[in-house]
Amino acid sequence: MKKIVTEAKLLLIGIPVAIWTLLPIYNLFIFSISTKNEAFSGKLWPDHPTLRNFEIVFREEHHFLGHFWRQLGNSLVIAIAVGLLTLLVATTAAFAISRLKVRGGRVVLNCALLTYFIPAAFLAVPMYKAMGTYGLLNNQWSLILAMVTIASPYAIWVLKQASDKLPFELDEAARIDGASPLQLFRLVYLPLMAPSLVAVGVYALLLAWNEYLYAFLLLSNERDLTLGVALGLFLSADDSPWELLMTTGLLYALPPAAIYYVFKRYMQSGLTAGAVKA
Amino acid sequence: MLPHIDAVHPAPRRRLSTWQAWGLVLLAPYVVVFAVFVVYPVGYGLWLARHPASYVALADDPVFAGSVVNTLLFLAVAINLKMIVALLLSGFFVNTRTWIKWLSVLFILPWAVPSIPTILSIRFMLNPEWGVINQLIFRLTAEDGPNWLNDRWLALSMAMLVHVWKSLPFWTMIMIAGRLAIPKELYEAAGVDGASRFQQFRFITWPSMQTLYLTSTILSMIWTLGDFNSVYLLTGGGPADLTHILATLGIRYLRLDQVDLAMATIVCAMPLVLPLVYFMMKRLSR
Repeated sequence: MKKIVTEAKLLLIGIPVAIWTLLPIYNLFIFSISTKNEAFSGKLWPDHPTLRNFEIVFREEHHFLGHFWRQLGNSLVIAIAVGLLTLLVATTAAFAISRLKVRGGRVVLNCALLTYFIPAAFLAVPMYKAMGTYGLLNNQWSLILAMVTIASPYAIWVLKQASDKLPFELDEAARIDGASPLQLFRLVYLPLMAPSLVAVGVYALLLAWNEYLYAFLLLSNERDLTLGVALGLFLSADDSPWELLMTTGLLYALPPAAIYYVFKRYMQSGLTAGAVKA
Repeated sequence: MLPHIDAVHPAPRRRLSTWQAWGLVLLAPYVVVFAVFVVYPVGYGLWLARHPASYVALADDPVFAGSVVNTLLFLAVAINLKMIVALLLSGFFVNTRTWIKWLSVLFILPWAVPSIPTILSIRFMLNPEWGVINQLIFRLTAEDGPNWLNDRWLALSMAMLVHVWKSLPFWTMIMIAGRLAIPKELYEAAGVDGASRFQQFRFITWPSMQTLYLTSTILSMIWTLGDFNSVYLLTGGGPADLTHILATLGIRYLRLDQVDLAMATIVCAMPLVLPLVYFMMKRLSR
Protein backbone atom coordinates (compact mmCIF):
# COMPACT_ATOMS: atom_id res chain seq x y z
CA MET A 1 0.00 0.00 0.00
CA LYS A 2 2.75 2.42 1.00
CA LYS A 3 4.48 1.56 -2.26
CA ILE A 4 1.43 2.49 -4.34
CA VAL A 5 1.13 5.82 -2.56
CA THR A 6 4.77 6.58 -3.30
CA GLU A 7 4.33 5.71 -6.98
CA ALA A 8 1.18 7.82 -7.19
CA LYS A 9 2.99 10.77 -5.66
CA LEU A 10 5.80 10.42 -8.18
CA LEU A 11 3.30 10.28 -11.04
CA LEU A 12 1.57 13.34 -9.66
CA ILE A 13 4.83 15.23 -10.16
CA GLY A 14 5.96 13.45 -13.30
CA ILE A 15 2.86 14.01 -15.43
CA PRO A 16 2.70 17.82 -15.02
CA VAL A 17 6.45 17.99 -15.61
CA ALA A 18 6.07 16.03 -18.85
CA ILE A 19 3.19 18.21 -20.07
CA TRP A 20 4.98 21.43 -19.16
CA THR A 21 8.15 20.33 -20.94
CA LEU A 22 6.61 18.89 -24.06
CA LEU A 23 3.63 21.14 -24.77
CA PRO A 24 5.50 23.82 -26.79
CA ILE A 25 7.45 21.15 -28.66
CA TYR A 26 4.30 19.14 -29.31
CA ASN A 27 2.61 22.29 -30.61
CA LEU A 28 5.55 22.78 -32.96
CA PHE A 29 5.21 19.22 -34.21
CA ILE A 30 1.43 19.42 -34.68
CA PHE A 31 1.78 22.56 -36.77
CA SER A 32 4.31 20.89 -39.01
CA ILE A 33 1.93 18.07 -39.95
CA SER A 34 -1.22 20.21 -40.28
CA THR A 35 -2.66 22.33 -43.03
CA LYS A 36 -2.97 25.99 -42.15
CA ASN A 37 -6.68 25.71 -41.34
CA GLU A 38 -6.24 22.73 -39.10
CA ALA A 39 -3.24 24.26 -37.37
CA PHE A 40 -5.33 27.28 -36.44
CA SER A 41 -8.22 25.21 -35.13
CA GLY A 42 -6.47 24.27 -31.90
CA LYS A 43 -7.02 20.52 -32.30
CA LEU A 44 -4.81 18.19 -30.29
CA TRP A 45 -4.30 15.99 -33.34
CA PRO A 46 -5.08 16.99 -36.94
CA ASP A 47 -7.85 15.10 -38.77
CA HIS A 48 -5.72 14.82 -41.88
CA PRO A 49 -2.04 14.78 -40.98
CA THR A 50 0.09 15.72 -43.96
CA LEU A 51 3.74 16.01 -44.90
CA ARG A 52 2.98 18.75 -47.39
CA ASN A 53 4.66 21.40 -45.20
CA PHE A 54 7.94 19.52 -45.28
CA GLU A 55 7.66 19.21 -49.04
CA ILE A 56 7.18 22.97 -49.38
CA VAL A 57 10.16 23.63 -47.13
CA PHE A 58 12.44 21.14 -48.86
CA ARG A 59 11.52 22.46 -52.30
CA GLU A 60 11.82 26.09 -51.15
CA GLU A 61 8.34 26.78 -52.53
CA HIS A 62 7.57 29.83 -50.40
CA HIS A 63 9.29 33.19 -50.73
CA PHE A 64 10.32 33.10 -47.06
CA LEU A 65 12.07 29.82 -47.77
CA GLY A 66 13.93 30.82 -50.92
CA HIS A 67 17.29 30.02 -49.35
CA PHE A 68 16.34 27.21 -46.98
CA TRP A 69 19.09 24.78 -47.96
CA ARG A 70 21.70 27.47 -48.14
CA GLN A 71 20.74 28.84 -44.72
CA LEU A 72 20.77 25.35 -43.24
CA GLY A 73 24.25 24.94 -44.70
CA ASN A 74 25.31 28.29 -43.24
CA SER A 75 24.18 27.20 -39.78
CA LEU A 76 26.10 23.97 -40.16
CA VAL A 77 29.32 25.49 -41.46
CA ILE A 78 29.31 28.21 -38.81
CA ALA A 79 28.59 25.75 -36.00
CA ILE A 80 31.37 23.41 -37.08
CA ALA A 81 33.84 26.26 -37.53
CA VAL A 82 33.03 27.58 -34.06
CA GLY A 83 33.38 24.11 -32.54
CA LEU A 84 36.79 23.53 -34.13
CA LEU A 85 38.19 27.00 -33.50
CA THR A 86 37.02 26.99 -29.90
CA LEU A 87 38.67 23.62 -29.39
CA LEU A 88 41.91 24.91 -30.87
CA VAL A 89 41.99 28.10 -28.83
CA ALA A 90 40.80 26.54 -25.58
CA THR A 91 42.86 23.35 -25.67
CA THR A 92 46.14 25.12 -26.28
CA ALA A 93 45.36 27.74 -23.64
CA ALA A 94 44.33 25.16 -21.04
CA PHE A 95 47.47 23.10 -21.78
CA ALA A 96 49.72 26.14 -21.41
CA ILE A 97 48.05 27.21 -18.18
CA SER A 98 47.56 23.86 -16.51
CA ARG A 99 50.51 21.74 -17.70
CA LEU A 100 53.22 24.15 -18.78
CA LYS A 101 52.40 26.54 -15.92
CA VAL A 102 53.20 29.42 -18.19
CA ARG A 103 53.86 32.72 -16.44
CA GLY A 104 50.80 34.93 -16.68
CA GLY A 105 48.56 31.89 -17.12
CA ARG A 106 46.66 32.71 -13.97
CA VAL A 107 45.93 36.22 -15.25
CA VAL A 108 44.73 34.92 -18.60
CA LEU A 109 42.49 32.40 -16.86
CA ASN A 110 40.95 35.16 -14.78
CA CYS A 111 40.42 37.27 -17.90
CA ALA A 112 38.63 34.33 -19.49
CA LEU A 113 36.46 33.86 -16.41
CA LEU A 114 35.62 37.54 -16.39
CA THR A 115 34.53 37.32 -20.03
CA TYR A 116 32.38 34.33 -19.14
CA PHE A 117 30.54 36.58 -16.68
CA ILE A 118 29.68 39.34 -19.13
CA PRO A 119 26.01 38.89 -20.02
CA ALA A 120 25.94 37.94 -23.71
CA ALA A 121 23.39 40.56 -24.75
CA PHE A 122 25.52 43.28 -23.15
CA LEU A 123 28.67 42.26 -24.99
CA ALA A 124 26.69 42.19 -28.23
CA VAL A 125 26.48 45.97 -28.52
CA PRO A 126 30.21 46.79 -28.36
CA MET A 127 30.95 43.62 -30.33
CA TYR A 128 28.72 44.87 -33.13
CA LYS A 129 30.52 48.22 -33.19
CA ALA A 130 33.94 46.56 -33.13
CA MET A 131 33.00 44.24 -35.99
CA GLY A 132 32.03 47.36 -37.90
CA THR A 133 35.47 48.83 -37.23
CA TYR A 134 37.13 45.62 -38.41
CA GLY A 135 35.02 45.68 -41.58
CA LEU A 136 33.59 42.25 -40.79
CA LEU A 137 29.88 43.11 -40.61
CA ASN A 138 27.73 40.98 -42.91
CA ASN A 139 30.62 38.55 -43.13
CA GLN A 140 30.14 35.11 -41.61
CA TRP A 141 33.56 35.35 -40.01
CA SER A 142 32.20 38.01 -37.68
CA LEU A 143 29.67 35.54 -36.29
CA ILE A 144 32.21 32.72 -36.10
CA LEU A 145 34.74 34.85 -34.23
CA ALA A 146 32.12 36.34 -31.93
CA MET A 147 30.88 32.87 -31.00
CA VAL A 148 34.43 31.62 -30.42
CA THR A 149 34.92 34.59 -28.09
CA ILE A 150 31.81 33.65 -26.17
CA ALA A 151 32.41 29.90 -26.10
CA SER A 152 36.11 29.77 -25.30
CA PRO A 153 36.14 31.14 -21.71
CA TYR A 154 33.95 28.34 -20.45
CA ALA A 155 35.80 25.86 -22.63
CA ILE A 156 39.14 26.93 -21.18
CA TRP A 157 37.81 26.73 -17.67
CA VAL A 158 36.36 23.24 -18.05
CA LEU A 159 39.48 21.96 -19.81
CA LYS A 160 41.75 23.49 -17.20
CA GLN A 161 39.80 21.79 -14.41
CA ALA A 162 39.98 18.45 -16.21
CA SER A 163 43.63 18.93 -17.06
CA ASP A 164 44.61 19.65 -13.45
CA LYS A 165 43.36 16.20 -12.54
CA LEU A 166 45.86 14.39 -14.77
CA PRO A 167 48.86 13.22 -12.74
CA PHE A 168 51.92 15.43 -13.11
CA GLU A 169 54.19 12.39 -13.01
CA LEU A 170 53.20 11.90 -16.65
CA ASP A 171 54.72 15.23 -17.61
CA GLU A 172 57.85 14.58 -15.59
CA ALA A 173 58.29 11.15 -17.14
CA ALA A 174 57.85 12.64 -20.59
CA ARG A 175 60.37 15.38 -19.84
CA ILE A 176 62.93 12.90 -18.56
CA ASP A 177 62.46 10.88 -21.72
CA GLY A 178 63.30 14.04 -23.59
CA ALA A 179 59.86 14.80 -24.99
CA SER A 180 59.29 18.29 -26.31
CA PRO A 181 56.27 20.29 -25.13
CA LEU A 182 54.53 19.62 -28.42
CA GLN A 183 55.09 15.87 -28.12
CA LEU A 184 53.69 15.97 -24.60
CA PHE A 185 50.69 17.89 -25.93
CA ARG A 186 50.06 15.57 -28.84
CA LEU A 187 50.96 12.16 -27.40
CA VAL A 188 49.98 12.46 -23.75
CA TYR A 189 47.67 15.39 -23.20
CA LEU A 190 45.26 15.15 -26.15
CA PRO A 191 44.49 11.40 -25.82
CA LEU A 192 43.91 11.66 -22.07
CA MET A 193 41.71 14.72 -22.44
CA ALA A 194 39.59 13.26 -25.24
CA PRO A 195 36.30 13.02 -23.29
CA SER A 196 36.51 16.63 -22.13
CA LEU A 197 37.48 17.74 -25.62
CA VAL A 198 34.35 16.10 -27.02
CA ALA A 199 32.22 17.82 -24.38
CA VAL A 200 33.73 21.21 -25.08
CA GLY A 201 33.61 20.88 -28.87
CA VAL A 202 29.96 19.86 -28.80
CA TYR A 203 29.18 22.65 -26.33
CA ALA A 204 30.65 25.27 -28.67
CA LEU A 205 28.99 23.73 -31.71
CA LEU A 206 25.54 23.74 -30.10
CA LEU A 207 26.04 27.25 -28.75
CA ALA A 208 26.76 28.51 -32.26
CA TRP A 209 23.98 26.55 -33.93
CA ASN A 210 21.41 27.77 -31.40
CA GLU A 211 22.55 31.40 -31.29
CA TYR A 212 20.02 33.99 -32.35
CA LEU A 213 21.04 37.45 -31.14
CA TYR A 214 24.57 37.66 -32.52
CA ALA A 215 23.59 36.10 -35.82
CA PHE A 216 20.69 38.52 -36.10
CA LEU A 217 22.93 41.53 -35.44
CA LEU A 218 26.02 40.58 -37.41
CA LEU A 219 24.51 39.12 -40.60
CA SER A 220 21.97 40.76 -42.82
CA ASN A 221 22.38 39.47 -46.35
CA GLU A 222 19.64 36.88 -46.84
CA ARG A 223 22.02 34.39 -48.43
CA ASP A 224 24.43 34.58 -45.48
CA LEU A 225 21.86 34.15 -42.71
CA THR A 226 21.69 31.21 -40.38
CA LEU A 227 18.42 29.33 -40.27
CA GLY A 228 17.58 30.78 -36.85
CA VAL A 229 17.68 34.36 -38.10
CA ALA A 230 15.76 33.37 -41.21
CA LEU A 231 13.01 32.07 -38.91
CA GLY A 232 12.87 35.46 -37.24
CA LEU A 233 12.23 37.05 -40.63
CA PHE A 234 8.96 35.15 -40.95
CA LEU A 235 7.58 37.33 -38.21
CA SER A 236 7.99 40.53 -40.15
CA ALA A 237 5.02 39.62 -42.34
CA ASP A 238 1.48 40.44 -41.24
CA ASP A 239 0.14 37.17 -42.52
CA SER A 240 2.97 34.85 -41.48
CA PRO A 241 2.78 31.29 -42.80
CA TRP A 242 2.92 29.88 -39.28
CA GLU A 243 2.68 26.25 -40.33
CA LEU A 244 5.79 26.65 -42.51
CA LEU A 245 7.55 28.64 -39.81
CA MET A 246 6.93 25.81 -37.34
CA THR A 247 8.00 23.16 -39.84
CA THR A 248 11.26 24.95 -40.52
CA GLY A 249 11.67 25.51 -36.79
CA LEU A 250 11.24 21.82 -36.11
CA LEU A 251 13.85 20.96 -38.74
CA TYR A 252 16.17 23.54 -37.19
CA ALA A 253 15.66 22.12 -33.69
CA LEU A 254 16.24 18.47 -34.58
CA PRO A 255 20.02 18.42 -35.23
CA PRO A 256 21.05 19.98 -31.91
CA ALA A 257 18.68 17.68 -30.01
CA ALA A 258 20.13 14.66 -31.83
CA ILE A 259 23.71 15.78 -31.25
CA TYR A 260 22.97 16.40 -27.61
CA TYR A 261 21.59 12.91 -27.13
CA VAL A 262 24.47 11.26 -28.98
CA PHE A 263 27.03 13.02 -26.79
CA LYS A 264 24.89 13.20 -23.65
CA ARG A 265 27.30 11.18 -21.54
CA TYR A 266 30.23 13.47 -22.29
CA MET A 267 28.16 16.62 -22.05
CA GLN A 268 26.68 15.92 -18.65
CA SER A 269 29.85 14.88 -16.91
CA GLY A 270 31.89 17.60 -18.58
CA LEU A 271 29.45 20.42 -18.09
CA THR A 272 28.11 19.71 -14.65
CA ALA A 273 31.49 18.81 -13.15
CA GLY A 274 32.65 22.42 -13.21
CA ALA A 275 29.49 23.81 -11.74
CA VAL A 276 29.26 21.33 -8.88
CA LYS A 277 32.84 21.88 -7.94
CA ALA A 278 32.18 25.59 -7.71
CA MET B 1 54.61 29.37 -7.27
CA LEU B 2 57.45 29.28 -4.78
CA PRO B 3 58.71 32.83 -4.30
CA HIS B 4 60.54 32.09 -1.04
CA ILE B 5 62.91 29.69 -2.78
CA ASP B 6 63.79 32.30 -5.36
CA ALA B 7 64.50 34.72 -2.54
CA VAL B 8 66.96 32.35 -0.88
CA HIS B 9 68.72 31.39 -4.06
CA PRO B 10 68.40 34.33 -6.41
CA ALA B 11 68.36 32.45 -9.69
CA PRO B 12 70.74 33.66 -12.37
CA ARG B 13 68.73 35.64 -14.86
CA ARG B 14 66.86 32.79 -16.48
CA ARG B 15 66.50 32.85 -20.19
CA LEU B 16 63.10 31.76 -21.36
CA SER B 17 63.13 27.98 -21.22
CA THR B 18 61.72 26.08 -24.18
CA TRP B 19 58.78 25.02 -22.07
CA GLN B 20 57.92 28.55 -21.08
CA ALA B 21 58.33 29.73 -24.65
CA TRP B 22 55.97 27.06 -25.90
CA GLY B 23 53.57 27.99 -23.13
CA LEU B 24 53.46 31.54 -24.40
CA VAL B 25 53.00 30.41 -27.99
CA LEU B 26 50.12 28.11 -27.05
CA LEU B 27 48.50 30.78 -24.91
CA ALA B 28 48.74 33.35 -27.69
CA PRO B 29 45.61 32.38 -29.71
CA TYR B 30 43.30 33.00 -26.80
CA VAL B 31 45.11 36.17 -25.78
CA VAL B 32 44.63 37.50 -29.31
CA VAL B 33 40.94 36.59 -29.28
CA PHE B 34 40.55 38.24 -25.90
CA ALA B 35 42.33 41.43 -26.93
CA VAL B 36 40.60 41.81 -30.28
CA PHE B 37 37.07 40.74 -29.39
CA VAL B 38 36.76 41.59 -25.70
CA VAL B 39 39.22 44.30 -24.63
CA TYR B 40 38.92 46.50 -27.68
CA PRO B 41 35.11 46.29 -28.01
CA VAL B 42 34.53 46.85 -24.30
CA GLY B 43 36.97 49.75 -24.19
CA TYR B 44 35.46 51.28 -27.30
CA GLY B 45 31.98 50.78 -25.87
CA LEU B 46 32.86 52.49 -22.61
CA TRP B 47 34.39 55.34 -24.60
CA LEU B 48 31.08 55.71 -26.45
CA ALA B 49 29.23 55.76 -23.15
CA ARG B 50 31.23 58.69 -21.74
CA HIS B 51 28.76 61.53 -22.55
CA PRO B 52 26.64 62.65 -19.58
CA ALA B 53 24.04 63.71 -22.15
CA SER B 54 23.33 60.03 -22.91
CA TYR B 55 22.33 59.41 -19.32
CA VAL B 56 20.09 62.47 -19.29
CA ALA B 57 18.42 61.18 -22.44
CA LEU B 58 17.99 57.74 -20.86
CA ALA B 59 16.48 59.21 -17.71
CA ASP B 60 14.00 61.11 -19.91
CA ASP B 61 12.98 57.99 -21.81
CA PRO B 62 10.04 56.39 -19.98
CA VAL B 63 10.92 53.05 -21.63
CA PHE B 64 14.20 53.03 -19.71
CA ALA B 65 12.60 53.38 -16.28
CA GLY B 66 10.09 50.70 -17.19
CA SER B 67 12.76 48.29 -18.29
CA VAL B 68 14.77 48.79 -15.10
CA VAL B 69 11.67 47.78 -13.14
CA ASN B 70 11.06 44.84 -15.48
CA THR B 71 14.66 43.67 -15.18
CA LEU B 72 14.59 43.76 -11.39
CA LEU B 73 11.28 41.88 -11.35
CA PHE B 74 12.69 39.34 -13.78
CA LEU B 75 15.67 38.72 -11.53
CA ALA B 76 13.70 38.62 -8.31
CA VAL B 77 10.78 36.49 -9.46
CA ALA B 78 11.85 34.35 -12.41
CA ILE B 79 15.20 33.26 -11.01
CA ASN B 80 14.07 32.44 -7.52
CA LEU B 81 11.08 30.57 -8.87
CA LYS B 82 13.30 28.65 -11.26
CA MET B 83 15.97 27.76 -8.70
CA ILE B 84 13.47 26.62 -6.07
CA VAL B 85 11.66 24.44 -8.60
CA ALA B 86 15.00 23.08 -9.85
CA LEU B 87 16.04 22.22 -6.30
CA LEU B 88 12.78 20.42 -5.58
CA LEU B 89 12.55 18.72 -8.97
CA SER B 90 16.06 17.35 -8.58
CA GLY B 91 14.68 15.43 -5.61
CA PHE B 92 12.11 13.91 -7.93
CA PHE B 93 14.62 12.98 -10.62
CA VAL B 94 17.01 11.17 -8.29
CA ASN B 95 14.35 8.49 -7.77
CA THR B 96 15.44 5.37 -9.61
CA ARG B 97 12.61 4.32 -11.93
CA THR B 98 12.81 3.49 -15.58
CA TRP B 99 10.06 5.95 -16.52
CA ILE B 100 11.72 8.74 -14.56
CA LYS B 101 14.93 8.07 -16.45
CA TRP B 102 13.03 8.44 -19.73
CA LEU B 103 11.30 11.55 -18.48
CA SER B 104 14.65 13.09 -17.58
CA VAL B 105 15.80 12.44 -21.14
CA LEU B 106 12.81 14.36 -22.51
CA PHE B 107 13.02 16.98 -19.79
CA ILE B 108 16.33 18.26 -21.13
CA LEU B 109 14.85 19.13 -24.54
CA PRO B 110 13.91 22.77 -23.90
CA TRP B 111 17.50 23.48 -23.01
CA ALA B 112 19.05 21.46 -25.83
CA VAL B 113 17.03 22.90 -28.72
CA PRO B 114 17.39 26.46 -30.03
CA SER B 115 15.21 29.17 -28.49
CA ILE B 116 13.63 30.56 -31.58
CA PRO B 117 11.37 27.70 -32.75
CA THR B 118 10.13 26.83 -29.29
CA ILE B 119 9.56 30.42 -28.18
CA LEU B 120 7.68 31.15 -31.41
CA SER B 121 5.63 28.03 -30.74
CA ILE B 122 4.78 29.33 -27.27
CA ARG B 123 3.99 32.70 -28.80
CA PHE B 124 1.43 31.10 -31.05
CA MET B 125 0.02 29.01 -28.21
CA LEU B 126 -0.69 32.31 -26.45
CA ASN B 127 -2.41 33.84 -29.47
CA PRO B 128 -5.76 35.12 -28.16
CA GLU B 129 -7.84 33.77 -31.05
CA TRP B 130 -6.07 30.73 -32.48
CA GLY B 131 -3.70 29.69 -29.73
CA VAL B 132 -4.34 26.33 -28.16
CA ILE B 133 -4.48 27.80 -24.64
CA ASN B 134 -7.34 30.19 -25.27
CA GLN B 135 -9.18 27.61 -27.36
CA LEU B 136 -9.01 25.23 -24.40
CA ILE B 137 -10.20 27.97 -22.05
CA PHE B 138 -13.09 28.67 -24.39
CA ARG B 139 -14.07 25.01 -24.61
CA LEU B 140 -13.90 24.53 -20.85
CA THR B 141 -15.50 27.77 -19.67
CA ALA B 142 -17.24 29.15 -22.78
CA GLU B 143 -15.48 32.43 -22.10
CA ASP B 144 -12.71 34.18 -23.98
CA GLY B 145 -9.28 33.79 -22.44
CA PRO B 146 -7.10 36.82 -21.75
CA ASN B 147 -5.08 38.55 -24.45
CA TRP B 148 -1.86 37.19 -22.99
CA LEU B 149 0.71 39.33 -24.74
CA ASN B 150 -1.23 42.58 -24.85
CA ASP B 151 -1.00 43.51 -21.20
CA ARG B 152 2.27 44.60 -19.64
CA TRP B 153 2.23 42.44 -16.53
CA LEU B 154 0.68 39.43 -18.18
CA ALA B 155 3.16 39.59 -21.06
CA LEU B 156 6.09 40.04 -18.70
CA SER B 157 4.92 37.07 -16.63
CA MET B 158 4.73 34.98 -19.80
CA ALA B 159 8.28 36.03 -20.72
CA MET B 160 9.39 34.91 -17.27
CA LEU B 161 7.66 31.58 -17.76
CA VAL B 162 9.41 31.17 -21.11
CA HIS B 163 12.70 31.86 -19.38
CA VAL B 164 11.91 29.28 -16.71
CA TRP B 165 10.79 26.76 -19.33
CA LYS B 166 14.00 27.20 -21.26
CA SER B 167 16.59 27.12 -18.47
CA LEU B 168 14.94 24.97 -15.79
CA PRO B 169 16.38 21.74 -17.26
CA PHE B 170 19.94 23.00 -17.05
CA TRP B 171 19.69 24.07 -13.42
CA THR B 172 17.80 20.93 -12.47
CA MET B 173 20.67 18.94 -13.97
CA ILE B 174 23.12 20.89 -11.83
CA MET B 175 21.02 20.30 -8.72
CA ILE B 176 20.74 16.58 -9.52
CA ALA B 177 24.53 16.38 -9.74
CA GLY B 178 24.71 18.17 -6.39
CA ARG B 179 22.28 15.73 -4.78
CA LEU B 180 24.09 12.70 -6.16
CA ALA B 181 27.29 13.95 -4.54
CA ILE B 182 25.75 13.63 -1.06
CA PRO B 183 26.82 10.34 0.58
CA LYS B 184 23.93 7.85 0.73
CA GLU B 185 24.97 6.77 4.24
CA LEU B 186 23.75 10.07 5.65
CA TYR B 187 20.19 9.35 4.51
CA GLU B 188 20.38 5.74 5.67
CA ALA B 189 21.52 6.83 9.11
CA ALA B 190 18.79 9.46 9.25
CA GLY B 191 16.23 6.86 8.18
CA VAL B 192 17.34 4.58 11.02
CA ASP B 193 16.97 7.45 13.44
CA GLY B 194 13.42 7.99 12.19
CA ALA B 195 13.94 11.37 10.52
CA SER B 196 11.03 12.52 8.35
CA ARG B 197 11.44 13.47 4.68
CA PHE B 198 11.34 17.11 5.61
CA GLN B 199 13.94 16.66 8.33
CA GLN B 200 16.19 14.82 5.89
CA PHE B 201 15.90 17.73 3.50
CA ARG B 202 16.38 20.31 6.22
CA PHE B 203 19.36 18.70 7.93
CA ILE B 204 21.12 16.73 5.16
CA THR B 205 20.19 17.91 1.67
CA TRP B 206 20.03 21.65 2.24
CA PRO B 207 23.29 22.01 4.23
CA SER B 208 25.16 20.06 1.52
CA MET B 209 23.56 21.98 -1.31
CA GLN B 210 23.37 25.56 -0.07
CA THR B 211 26.70 26.68 -1.49
CA LEU B 212 25.85 25.18 -4.86
CA TYR B 213 22.39 26.73 -4.69
CA LEU B 214 23.74 30.19 -3.94
CA THR B 215 26.43 30.00 -6.63
CA SER B 216 23.88 28.79 -9.17
CA THR B 217 21.49 31.58 -8.29
CA ILE B 218 24.17 34.25 -8.73
CA LEU B 219 25.37 32.74 -11.99
CA SER B 220 21.82 32.48 -13.26
CA MET B 221 21.26 36.15 -12.40
CA ILE B 222 24.26 37.19 -14.47
CA TRP B 223 23.14 35.13 -17.44
CA THR B 224 19.53 36.21 -17.14
CA LEU B 225 20.60 39.85 -17.41
CA GLY B 226 21.81 38.86 -20.86
CA ASP B 227 18.70 36.85 -21.74
CA PHE B 228 17.55 38.64 -24.84
CA ASN B 229 15.55 35.83 -26.41
CA SER B 230 12.86 35.17 -23.80
CA VAL B 231 11.55 38.71 -24.01
CA TYR B 232 12.40 39.68 -27.56
CA LEU B 233 11.10 36.59 -29.30
CA LEU B 234 7.93 36.42 -27.22
CA THR B 235 6.79 40.03 -26.95
CA GLY B 236 9.33 42.00 -29.01
CA GLY B 237 9.31 44.44 -26.07
CA GLY B 238 5.66 45.19 -26.67
CA PRO B 239 2.92 46.10 -26.04
CA ALA B 240 4.09 49.70 -26.56
CA ASP B 241 7.65 48.97 -25.37
CA LEU B 242 6.35 48.14 -21.89
CA THR B 243 8.02 44.73 -21.46
CA HIS B 244 11.59 45.62 -22.36
CA ILE B 245 14.36 44.52 -20.06
CA LEU B 246 17.79 46.17 -20.12
CA ALA B 247 19.17 43.56 -22.53
CA THR B 248 16.45 44.10 -25.14
CA LEU B 249 16.47 47.86 -24.60
CA GLY B 250 20.20 48.05 -25.35
CA ILE B 251 19.69 46.14 -28.59
CA ARG B 252 16.67 48.32 -29.43
CA TYR B 253 18.79 51.47 -29.19
CA LEU B 254 21.47 49.77 -31.25
CA ARG B 255 18.97 48.95 -33.97
CA LEU B 256 17.75 52.56 -33.88
CA ASP B 257 21.37 53.57 -34.51
CA GLN B 258 21.67 55.19 -31.07
CA VAL B 259 24.81 53.38 -29.97
CA ASP B 260 25.62 55.93 -27.28
CA LEU B 261 22.29 55.23 -25.63
CA ALA B 262 22.75 51.47 -26.05
CA MET B 263 26.10 51.59 -24.27
CA ALA B 264 24.75 53.95 -21.61
CA THR B 265 21.97 51.44 -20.92
CA ILE B 266 24.54 48.72 -20.42
CA VAL B 267 26.64 50.92 -18.16
CA CYS B 268 23.52 51.55 -16.10
CA ALA B 269 23.22 47.80 -15.58
CA MET B 270 26.76 47.59 -14.17
CA PRO B 271 25.81 48.33 -10.54
CA LEU B 272 23.74 45.16 -10.86
CA VAL B 273 26.30 43.09 -12.75
CA LEU B 274 29.58 43.98 -11.06
CA PRO B 275 28.79 42.78 -7.52
CA LEU B 276 27.55 39.49 -8.93
CA VAL B 277 30.65 39.10 -11.08
CA TYR B 278 32.87 39.99 -8.12
CA PHE B 279 31.18 37.29 -6.08
CA MET B 280 31.63 34.69 -8.82
CA MET B 281 35.26 35.62 -9.43
CA LYS B 282 36.06 35.27 -5.73
CA ARG B 283 34.38 31.91 -5.76
CA LEU B 284 35.94 30.43 -8.87
CA SER B 285 39.39 31.93 -9.20
CA ARG B 286 41.42 30.32 -6.50
